[in-house]
Amino acid sequence: MNADFTAEDLKFQKEVQDFLKAEFPQDIKHKVDNGIRLEKDDFVRWQKILNKRGWMAPNWPKEYGGTGWTPTQKYIFAMEMGLYGAMAPVAFGVNMVAPVIYTYGSEEQKKRFLPDILESNVWWCQGYSEPNAGSDLASLKTTAVRDGDHYVVNGTKTWTTLGQHADWIFCLVRTDNTAKKQEGISFLLIDMKTPGIKVSPIYLLDDEPEVNEVHFDNVRVPVENLIGEENQGWTYAKVLLTHERTNIAQVPNSKLKMRKLRDLAAQTPDGFGGSLLNDPVFSRKLAEVEIQVLALEYAELRTLAAVSVGKAPGPESSILKIVGTEATQFIDELYMEVAGYHSLPHVPAQFAEGFSGERIGKGSLVNSSNVYFNNRKKSIYGGSNEIQKNIISKAVLGL
Amino acid sequence: MDFSYSDEQQMLQDSVQKFVYSQYDFDTRRKIIQSETGYSAEYWALFAELGWLTVPFREEDGGFGGSAVDLMVVMEEFGKGMVIEPFLASAVLSGGLIGELGSAAQKESLLAAVMEGSLQLATAYAEADSRYNLASVGTTARKQGDSYLINGSKVMVLNAPSADKLLVIARTSGDKFDRDGISAFIVDASAAGVSKNSYTAVDGHRAAEVHLTDVLVAAADRLGAEGNALAALEAIIDRAALAVSAEAVGSMDCLLKKTVEYAKTRKQFGVAIGTFQALQHRMSEMFIECQLARSVVIMAAMKLDTDGSPAEKAKAVAAAKARVGRAMRKVGQEAVQLHGGIAVTDELDVGHFFKRITTIENLFGNTDYQLARFASL
Repeated sequence: MNADFTAEDLKFQKEVQDFLKAEFPQDIKHKVDNGIRLEKDDFVRWQKILNKRGWMAPNWPKEYGGTGWTPTQKYIFAMEMGLYGAMAPVAFGVNMVAPVIYTYGSEEQKKRFLPDILESNVWWCQGYSEPNAGSDLASLKTTAVRDGDHYVVNGTKTWTTLGQHADWIFCLVRTDNTAKKQEGISFLLIDMKTPGIKVSPIYLLDDEPEVNEVHFDNVRVPVENLIGEENQGWTYAKVLLTHERTNIAQVPNSKLKMRKLRDLAAQTPDGFGGSLLNDPVFSRKLAEVEIQVLALEYAELRTLAAVSVGKAPGPESSILKIVGTEATQFIDELYMEVAGYHSLPHVPAQFAEGFSGERIGKGSLVNSSNVYFNNRKKSIYGGSNEIQKNIISKAVLGL
Repeated sequence: MDFSYSDEQQMLQDSVQKFVYSQYDFDTRRKIIQSETGYSAEYWALFAELGWLTVPFREEDGGFGGSAVDLMVVMEEFGKGMVIEPFLASAVLSGGLIGELGSAAQKESLLAAVMEGSLQLATAYAEADSRYNLASVGTTARKQGDSYLINGSKVMVLNAPSADKLLVIARTSGDKFDRDGISAFIVDASAAGVSKNSYTAVDGHRAAEVHLTDVLVAAADRLGAEGNALAALEAIIDRAALAVSAEAVGSMDCLLKKTVEYAKTRKQFGVAIGTFQALQHRMSEMFIECQLARSVVIMAAMKLDTDGSPAEKAKAVAAAKARVGRAMRKVGQEAVQLHGGIAVTDELDVGHFFKRITTIENLFGNTDYQLARFASL
């Protein structure tokens, strides 16, 4: 038994580190380090740099533009990106719809959509959840009715993250009302410029319009935008959901956050002449979550080792989702505790580029409450942690 | 033994409850927060007219009596509507400090106006590196003839943007952490050398960072004896801690009620999600937290109304704030989780209750601070 990287892996790790140091734009790094809001252009610019290096789509098969990396190399890449604070590409295109397109799409669809995803020319968003179909996604009601060469789509999708930037949306739609609920669903790609689509922002607890409702009113979608076969969409989506769970443990991100937190706690007075980091209660809580993330990291590595020898990631990935999201949420709580009274101000302007007023508090600590509030979503999205526990009960424990 | 309210307390509760239910719905509150001043002048006048602003004050100071149980009654009902008006900052905290330390003349000139709602106050005590230790005061007040010259910066001064006067805690002698040498001053909010960086907090309340540069204050505007303000400040911060804990009890009850209601109506997999035992147990646990929070707040309020020692009272409040803090974390997070995505949106009140109780946890000493204080007392 060993958990060491090979010499080749270590060489690769160094290569990634050097690349990040040289190529991750300084202005974007400044934003990330100081909690300044990232704009669409920041993501697109960085993704284009990744693509130029050929590293935009590590998960894709090589023939479509993937890297051909081993699972360990993919892991190293994601870890180094996270530890450096470099954003992972926005997932909707490259890691969510693309696998469905190259696995189930026609040659025509692959040619039409994959290059633009690699080159970040097209921004995708996800049309899955509906106001009444959350955890019970298969009960979705948005309909697509065939009319000649088109489907006519009606309904409402919700929680559409960054849909305000999107050029295209991939949707689960109901094409058969008579079948069992999972069996009447199709996977449809829709151009957001099609008449009849309305995007309305939903403001979250941090007052940012991060997600949207997308309304479809008699939206005509060419039948060639159907993926695979009609009424097989649920099967395709399930594959996609497995992809959504890769990296869900967020170990690199949590590690980076804990490292910064440790520094911040060391600089934060405890009010009695010492630092918060030396406060036994605080340091113990930090230790607790560090240990949790360490255990999680090894749980993830074990999954990775299994995948490396060809086993499919099983329902164990539910562990990574639950523990990963809870760990990062707990770290958010600790940030808020370090911020103390400076966790209270809500000053979005302070986190916009070019803010020149008097900054309140230290660094991004002033935004710690908002981060905490916003990240409560993590245990809700991507299959809520309750749903993950159902999966463990049924699929792992056989209950 | 009798835990029921007196007739007067019952009337007080009824009157606040009626106001919150009939005039303080979520949309009204939102509009008030978005208004220029961030509170409703009309409601503030109504609070004064109904006598609520007299609740924190002793009878001899012209108040309703100043009992902690009365205060608890009002704050719990305010918590159900997340009332945004500066009752806590102006009346409980600042008015309370004047009640503790003020001379007869100071009380006469200020407290009546506070109770009438015509004067708004804010107390500037916390500093960027004081954390929750009230004895950590870096702001200085240097005697200069018949006046003091104040220099320093304060953080999170609740209600500072609307305050006519600030009560500033400053050091007149001693080293940074000394318990002696801390004094309180009444400073005109518009005095030369006072500057404010105002903001809206995550819970909608207004506050400011306050900078004091060579602010000249007459010796007559010192509250109480020089260098002797800490005990009174501690007592009044504890009273405020008790007040927000009671407010949290009201807010948590609402969160529980709303969560149970939602679980009964929200359908997934063909049934109401409230039929799932796993979720039922979590709501049962929320209920237990609410009950324990309520119990510990009642304990502390009753203790404050006895003639027990300051240490006994401090310990009771530390217990209440710490236990309520734990309850708030749990009830807040669970209410959001059980509602799902809708509760992380700005449009539903659940998220706003969550934000308010999260803020309360950070006010006047967070849970860990109060636990350590309880252990040391």
